[in-house]
Amino acid sequence: MMKAGLCNGSRKSLRRLVEPLIEKFVALNGALAILFVVLIMAFLLRDGLPVFRSVSVSKFLFGRDWYPLSDQFGALPLILGSVAVTLGAIVIAVPIGVAAAVYLAEIAPLRVREILKPTVEVLAGIPSVVIGFIGMVILAPWVKGAFDLPTGMTALTGSIMLAFMAMPTIISISEDAIVAVPRDYPTGALALGATSWQAIAGVTVPAAKSGIIAAVMLGIGRAIGETMTVLMVTGNAAVIPHSLLQPVRTMTATIAAEMGEVAQGTPHYYSLFAIGLVLFLMTFAINLIADLALQKTRVRR
Amino acid sequence: MRHSIALTSALLLAVCVALAGCGRPSTNNAGSKSGMIQIKGSDTMVNLGQAWAEAYMRAHSTANVAVTGGGSGTGIAAIIQGTTDIAECSRPMKDKEIAQAKERGVNPVEHEVALDALSVIINPANPVGKLTIDQLSDIFTGKITNWKQIGGADEEIVLLSRDKNSGSHVFFLEHVVRRGNDKGPEEYVQSALMMPSSEAIAGQVATDKGAIGYVGLGYVDPKKHKAVAVAKTAAGPFIEPSIETAIDHTYPISRPLYWYTNGQPKDEVKSLLEFILSPEGQKIVDKLGFAPMKKA
Repeated sequence: MMKAGLCNGSRKSLRRLVEPLIEKFVALNGALAILFVVLIMAFLLRDGLPVFRSVSVSKFLFGRDWYPLSDQFGALPLILGSVAVTLGAIVIAVPIGVAAAVYLAEIAPLRVREILKPTVEVLAGIPSVVIGFIGMVILAPWVKGAFDLPTGMTALTGSIMLAFMAMPTIISISEDAIVAVPRDYPTGALALGATSWQAIAGVTVPAAKSGIIAAVMLGIGRAIGETMTVLMVTGNAAVIPHSLLQPVRTMTATIAAEMGEVAQGTPHYYSLFAIGLVLFLMTFAINLIADLALQKTRVRR
Repeated sequence: MRHSIALTSALLLAVCVALAGCGRPSTNNAGSKSGMIQIKGSDTMVNLGQAWAEAYMRAHSTANVAVTGGGSGTGIAAIIQGTTDIAECSRPMKDKEIAQAKERGVNPVEHEVALDALSVIINPANPVGKLTIDQLSDIFTGKITNWKQIGGADEEIVLLSRDKNSGSHVFFLEHVVRRGNDKGPEEYVQSALMMPSSEAIAGQVATDKGAIGYVGLGYVDPKKHKAVAVAKTAAGPFIEPSIETAIDHTYPISRPLYWYTNGQPKDEVKSLLEFILSPEGQKIVDKLGFAPMKKA
């Protein structure tokens, strides 16, 4: 930019030529991202829809029996399994995550914050198979003993481990949202005689609400799509869950466990893609809500 | 701006790599042109395959053998799709699968490489010691849910099954759950836990008093598990799984373990197959707790 003033005519025209090219290149890359999503969708539709030649849509979505080796494709236990594990994870991760974000943004002294923030980011980087291993070896026996269950491989075990994985997302995005609240808001509240807690709970957090909702939604997206950890700790029994204290089989674990075996072009193969389609639509809806919530924040400011 | 350019170029690079990966031709046949022999399949056999591969590579310094598990179904899918040289299987290929292979120009050839007694294991603290096939079927279909119904303690039964990609899952389904009628109506009860590996079942049974599961003979550790004696009918005889009872087929759920190749094996694959069927190769079978072929 500094050099621009020194440029002679030919350089200026070169810049006029190059700049639009770069702009087009970047725009093209942006369009590519959309193209990929469309291609993934098209691919899932192409390989997922044929299953409905062998089973009706309602039998697939609401059927209770998942026995693909005997051509029974009822995905309801799998869908509910994913929902149960994810809801459990969110119930655990949201209060802790939001509280941690408030602490990081509002309360923690600078030095603590400088240690805690990178630590949270490290938590996000732990491979899911390691988290699954910890869940299998340490948490599952504990859950079994604590609730006096026949097995520790339960939805709850998966939820707790997934909560750990969703938390970094929730913490960092909520923290950004809280930091972005104008300082006048809490200081105004303090000037009016509110205690620090009243200022945080009554002013700052509500002002950052849409950002926090977006964080929660993205956390849900992270949890529902997670595969390895749930495959290792939830027991993978395809039953309709009545409580978090029983084994479940999630959509992701089903795809991961069964995809290696199926021959292409069989109903079982198509059914796994149809599950992928259901999963894609669910995460798409969740991300859409998160996006709308984030947009609301931006518009208001 | 600069940030987004870096990001998008990274994305583009990733796409290029992915596309390059897709374009990889599958050139495998029973002769392994690449110089690297791929073995894929049965989780029951993965340790055995690894031990064979290591011993073979020690004897042939230029040989390169890679072994992966994943389940018999995974191995069969891989040989049908031409992405492995050898499929390890703890069950025979089904007619449907052979037809699928033929459609793709693959001609699977079966080789029996070892014998196994598919062992039903329970926790050593469990007093139950013998079960009939009918009882096992009732247990795994959910008709019997408490150990006290079959002479054990008042404890809920925790069913541990392998997942659907497993040859053991299919073998146990056909020979125990469906009592030998492979088209039978019985299914594993939905509450049965689907474990990703034999090792995971062995680990759970060792720590869980109410658990019951099935694994290859090589995974049974007498210090951690009790292998149940099994009989075809209540009249007996109840036979414990062992190398001897697998070889003479007196154990009711003994089975051969297979390798499948595309066409008759040639070159390196042939030499590897000859090695594992040799007395030296069959000694490794014995060492890993499985039963060697009779002729060894």
